[in-house]
Amino acid sequence: MIASTGMIFAVTGAVLFALGVAGVVLIDHLLRRILAFNLMGSGIFLILVGLAQRHDVPDPVPQAMVLTGIVVAVAATALALALVRKLHALSGRLTLPGDGE
Amino acid sequence: MKRLAVVTAALAFTVALIAAMLELETSPIDLRGPVAAQLAASGVDHPVTAVLLNYRGYDTLLEIAVLLLGVLVILAVGVDRPAARTEQPDPLLETLVRLALPLMVVVAVYLLWAGAFRPGGAFQAGAVLAAAAVLRHLAGLQAGWAAPGLRLRLGLVAGFVVFLAVAAALLPQGALLQYPPAQAGMLILVIEAALTVSLGLILAGLFLFLSP
Repeated sequence: MIASTGMIFAVTGAVLFALGVAGVVLIDHLLRRILAFNLMGSGIFLILVGLAQRHDVPDPVPQAMVLTGIVVAVAATALALALVRKLHALSGRLTLPGDGE
Repeated sequence: MKRLAVVTAALAFTVALIAAMLELETSPIDLRGPVAAQLAASGVDHPVTAVLLNYRGYDTLLEIAVLLLGVLVILAVGVDRPAARTEQPDPLLETLVRLALPLMVVVAVYLLWAGAFRPGGAFQAGAVLAAAAVLRHLAGLQAGWAAPGLRLRLGLVAGFVVFLAVAAALLPQGALLQYPPAQAGMLILVIEAALTVSLGLILAGLFLFLSP
């Protein structure tokens, strides 16, 4: 049970998620913060997929949710990057006001 | 100080989460049985596609809406495009891309068709199409997209509109997106084909609208 492949995925996902949370809170640079946010998302996907295949037959519902989530995450990341570029073009900075000063 | 507190909290959270997952012996909700039981009536033979396009059609409808919204916001924000690149495109890359592009289109169509009975479907096919467009752009064969013309706009919204039209057409029969089992396979293929085109264009647009 403990050593099953699914649980390894899920535990890795939990570690990635915590790394991502710490990154989002601690990092001021917006590009790196977006990367950390994606790390959080990837951790959650790994948890969902990992827990779905604990049994012999994988549960298709979490897999479908992850598939949907990946595409939405790509769109959200692109939107965030576009906003960061706009911020950089307007103010010449890559941190939010109030961060890192 | 803040760093120490955040790292400690994250570590504690990881340990608690892993412990909770290891405790999870049997899940109270097991959807494998219901999914398998209804597979014959879903119109497709692969459970993940059945969940995406039939049982949880709502999710997919809203997903394509979210993607469309993302592209619309990017266009509305109006990113300042950098000056066009001046370096010469790499002839080796260009030749490789010319060879790979037709194959990528074939793979996308195959993935779309295969989604009915094995891993595949509109998302994967759309991602391959988008990758083809981005590759073409990176090889210098295609400029970034400026303001979208009428055809591009139609392509971007096609998936959402077709999906919504099917959902609305089925409304008199009862619930939203409740396909009649006899036509389910055909309806799902129509929706997936439209989704593939739109997903490809939207995902490519996320890159190409921002690029010179």
